[in-house]
Amino acid sequence: MATPLLQVEHLEKSYGDVHILHDINLTVATGSVTVLLGPSGSGKSTLIRCLNGLEDFQSGQLTFSGEPVTPSPKVWQKLRQKIGMVFQSYDLFPNLTVLDNILLGPLKVQHRAKAEAKEQAIKLLKEVGLADYQDSYPRQLSGGQKQRIAIVRALALNPDFMLFDEVTASLDPEMVRGVLEVLRNLAQQKMTMLVVTHEMNFAREIADQVVFLEEGHILEVTPGKQFFENPQTERAQIFLNSMDF
Amino acid sequence: MSWIVIQQSVPVFAQAFWLTLKLSFYGIIGAIILGLIASFLRYFKVPVLRQISAVYTEVSRNTPLLIQLFFIYYAFPEIGIKMSATAAGISGLIFLGGSYMAEAIFGGLKGVAKIQVESGLAIGLSRWQLARYVVFPQGLTLSVPAIAANVIFLIKETSIFTVIAIPELTNTALDQIGLYYHTDESLFVLVIAYAIILIPLSLILTWLERRARRGAFGN
Ligand SMILES: Nc1ncnc2c1ncn2[C@@H]1O[C@H](COP(=O)(O)OP(=O)(O)OP(=O)(O)O)[C@@H](O)[C@H]1O
Ligand SMILES: [Mg+2]
Repeated sequence: MATPLLQVEHLEKSYGDVHILHDINLTVATGSVTVLLGPSGSGKSTLIRCLNGLEDFQSGQLTFSGEPVTPSPKVWQKLRQKIGMVFQSYDLFPNLTVLDNILLGPLKVQHRAKAEAKEQAIKLLKEVGLADYQDSYPRQLSGGQKQRIAIVRALALNPDFMLFDEVTASLDPEMVRGVLEVLRNLAQQKMTMLVVTHEMNFAREIADQVVFLEEGHILEVTPGKQFFENPQTERAQIFLNSMDF
Repeated sequence: MSWIVIQQSVPVFAQAFWLTLKLSFYGIIGAIILGLIASFLRYFKVPVLRQISAVYTEVSRNTPLLIQLFFIYYAFPEIGIKMSATAAGISGLIFLGGSYMAEAIFGGLKGVAKIQVESGLAIGLSRWQLARYVVFPQGLTLSVPAIAANVIFLIKETSIFTVIAIPELTNTALDQIGLYYHTDESLFVLVIAYAIILIPLSLILTWLERRARRGAFGN
């Protein structure tokens, strides 16, 4: 079997005395889409944030592209160029134009040539249908537009892995489709992704594997199709029944 | 109140007016620079210098300008630091204002949303780059109202300079009263003079606050 892009072994995470994640084991194959599902408060965001160093964890081993990760600010800063993340809130930098938001990483972090980085940025903006907005400020955009640009900003670093934490959860329903479309295209282009979402139809459509989390425990890791038709655990079945889709 | 007396005192007050403006200007610029440096040390948690800046902030904020001026003007010469009254006044204003400006600026930096910091980290920015492109531009904008309040506060504090006989506005008014007993007229001109400085300035600052906010956040 090919080396997985990401391997998580025995990860444990607490906030103070409160144990949040218990013995997390997870393998993400290159080019695959993993959907992380679970009730509110089960630890999905916490887990995803541990994977790009926004949260530290007490024990466990991460292996990225076959290289063990020894967590430190320096190591994470490097790795974050390979691991893009998009959050639920549209978190563009309000003091920068759309183009400057996108170019900040490529120019300042990766020290790439401006012409080349800009060309790529514009190409990516075209792909998400926002080429006309490069000189706009975030305040001039709708939530859905901002979220698509946040995705472009992460993609502009040419990451190997993308983390999405409920990126459509605070969008108006009519904005959701456009953002999901962007994710769908990424999946088609074989971007490796870990997606937290409450859009169950979308999850069913794109998931190669589903990870079901409850109270900080992974209860099952099941191929996408199978999870939605016939989950392995009763808890997952109850969760699916509770979701209206 | 005599109109003639007021008219006659205008030239001497005009001189004091410009002096007050000049002292305030240098004092405020110096205070902002000192405040920037102190909040910088605190933000980046620079060892040793940060502790020094914390001690400075405590001393500066918890002693009256009057005492600070006495120290600078009367005690410093004992240890060989001699300066003119004007220089002592500006130094005092910088010493006092620096800590107020540092609080204002650091408050703004702390007000930058956590998600902004995290999304900066998420695209691989270093701590320094994060400060330069995200936290400082947004934080300084947030601190503009507090900085503006300090600007007004520091201008008013220049009235204390009278104790080391700098001929600024308050000193001049007291002088006029002492010399000619024109109490009503002198106080009247004094109030007008401060109003001429402070009212337009506070309007300008309010406008600036709005502009800065709009520029950085769009509201
Ligand atoms: N900074 C924090 N300090 C203490 N506890 C926290 C912190 N952040 C999250 N938690 C706790 O960790 C648990 C998991 O939270 P997390 O946000 O990861 O859940 P989630 O699965 O993403 O939920 P949701 O679907 O509502 O986003 C919750 O019980 C939450 O209260
Ligand atoms: Mg969450």
